[in-house]
Amino acid sequence: MTTAQEAQREASRHPLDDLLRTERIPHIWCPGCGIGTAFSSCLMGMKESGIDLDNTVMVSGIGCSGRGAGYVKLDSYHTTHGRAIPFATGMKLANTDLNVVVFSGDGDLFAIGGNHFIHAARRNVDLTVVCVNNFNYGMTGGQVAATTPHLAKTTTTPLGNPDSPFNLPLLAYACGASYVARWTTLHARDLTSAIIEALANPGFSFVEVLAPCPINYGRRNKEKPLDTLRLFQEKSIIKNDAHPTELDVDWERGVVLGTFVNNPRPCSTDMYDKVCRLEEKPAKKSAA
Amino acid sequence: MRPAVLTGEHYMTGDVACAEGALAAGCLFFGGYPITPATEVAERMSHRLPEIGGTYIQMEDEIAAMASIVGASCAGAKSMTSTSGPGFSLMMENLGLAVITETPCVVVNVQRAGPSTGLPTQGAQGDMMQARWGSHGDYEIIAMAPASAQEIFYQTIDAFNLAEKYRTPVLIMTDEVIGHMSERVVIPDAREIKTIERVKAKGRKDRYRPYAAGDLGVPPMANAGDGYKVHVTGLTHDEMGYPAMTVEAQAAMMERLMGKIQNNRDDIIRYEEFMIEDADYIIVTYGVSARTGRAAVEEARAQGIKVGMLRLITVWPFAEEKIRDLASKAKGMVTVEINLGQVHLEVERCVAGRVPVKLVGHPGGTLISPDTVIHTIKQEFGV
Repeated sequence: MTTAQEAQREASRHPLDDLLRTERIPHIWCPGCGIGTAFSSCLMGMKESGIDLDNTVMVSGIGCSGRGAGYVKLDSYHTTHGRAIPFATGMKLANTDLNVVVFSGDGDLFAIGGNHFIHAARRNVDLTVVCVNNFNYGMTGGQVAATTPHLAKTTTTPLGNPDSPFNLPLLAYACGASYVARWTTLHARDLTSAIIEALANPGFSFVEVLAPCPINYGRRNKEKPLDTLRLFQEKSIIKNDAHPTELDVDWERGVVLGTFVNNPRPCSTDMYDKVCRLEEKPAKKSAA
Repeated sequence: MRPAVLTGEHYMTGDVACAEGALAAGCLFFGGYPITPATEVAERMSHRLPEIGGTYIQMEDEIAAMASIVGASCAGAKSMTSTSGPGFSLMMENLGLAVITETPCVVVNVQRAGPSTGLPTQGAQGDMMQARWGSHGDYEIIAMAPASAQEIFYQTIDAFNLAEKYRTPVLIMTDEVIGHMSERVVIPDAREIKTIERVKAKGRKDRYRPYAAGDLGVPPMANAGDGYKVHVTGLTHDEMGYPAMTVEAQAAMMERLMGKIQNNRDDIIRYEEFMIEDADYIIVTYGVSARTGRAAVEEARAQGIKVGMLRLITVWPFAEEKIRDLASKAKGMVTVEINLGQVHLEVERCVAGRVPVKLVGHPGGTLISPDTVIHTIKQEFGV
């Protein structure tokens, strides 16, 4: 190979190639989908954070975002629908050296998986949970989710969603998450920074990523692919430390982004060691 | 601090003996959710695991408990959960995940009478077909049935060993009576307990194929953090572990998944024969009902009727060759189980009409009386 060819090959390398199973690309995500951006920011955050990637695991549930684990060149686990968090909890507790990142969608984490989310947050299990929220069940064809806005149309709410959606950061905060942030896929750098902060938090970290789903959500709600991004640009209000009760996703009023909670507290394994490993206590005292 | 192996003579319940067997086998993670009559397994684990450097967690439900033990095993720990019928139903989806991802783990079902909430404090053997077919799709499973507190101790060790050897979930299908009865349990010296560890991935990391058949059809396993950067999925996958949505990939994966159990049946299947050599009539039974079976054999023999017993220790995979062999020699057979005919269907299938096969079943809540068994033999076979 000539030097020119080498230079060309080097230039065509993506900076995240070493974190990707490049042999599995192209991915399955649709044109205009936000998951790729969320995934890319997540990997960039992992890389820039300086964590030991040999000891870093990605766990996903089921759905479009759940396919993330299949593309990352880390130990990666694509589990059952809604159960990424309890799977990840078992993993983290069995080997506390692992950095465990859960990357999944709103349908997976908050409808079928809602119970697991609230308890992992309560325990402050040392996980970083990244939720790509595209307001619907994308992979199954655009059905209503726990995050679908009131009156939005989906294949199972043809007349409009009669229910109210979750305010996910409020839920995470109320359950005890020690780090909570929200960004959109338009805010890739902020999102990357949030991932870095989340990885550094020694407890349950939750990062919500608002993402467009032009094929299954946008199409039914009169949002062309760029319309969603325009909403993200024009209607987002960056307000760190905003109170979680102000964080409803309401595009009329504006949607608040930022870091809302960053209050490290002892994580589940620290508490377990302190409370349950009675025999080790005297040894620790004598060492001190 | 107490050791992992509590060498000595004890008086303990089956549930406690099960927990001690798990610790002796090297279990270091238990994810559970309380349910009668399995709760004492979890309670014992919650006391004992932190003592030996392991971890107990009471998850928010049985679905989470099962998911957690699959995750813990992928992270390298021998892991277990315990439950009873309703919880067992909730575990089925992630049991399937453990099957397809070939993740070793042990699930203890201390059975109670169902369906639904049924009789929570009274025993039955009504989940035997759920054990075989409860998850979706085709699969093979290993399920064992202990008949005493002593045996549940050893079978739990055996279950972990089979799980590690074949990279599969293994079920211990016990019941309320065994779980709650207190008996003498002798725990040997730790050096006398043989434990098997999963075959670990080795060699060049870029050449490792996570799902390429190894010895016995079982691929060597890389745990999270071993540096192999594996991808593990519940989707149909190829030898790399990558999703492969084709008829061919499904066939190749299923052939190996089923084959690693079916082709090693001789190594996996355990049974006990009692006074079977000259028997005209054979009781086929397992678990707590084997205590009924043994008493029935002794009583029948005292009355001059040649009855013997085949006790299934491994219920799944089913000892079909043995049953066929017995059917060619006996005059009649009876299946004794505390349900209305689950394992009985398998016995009938294997006997295939060679001799008459009768069920002595009970819908649950109590044991079957030996007299009922003898009465059935006399009445049905005209003895």
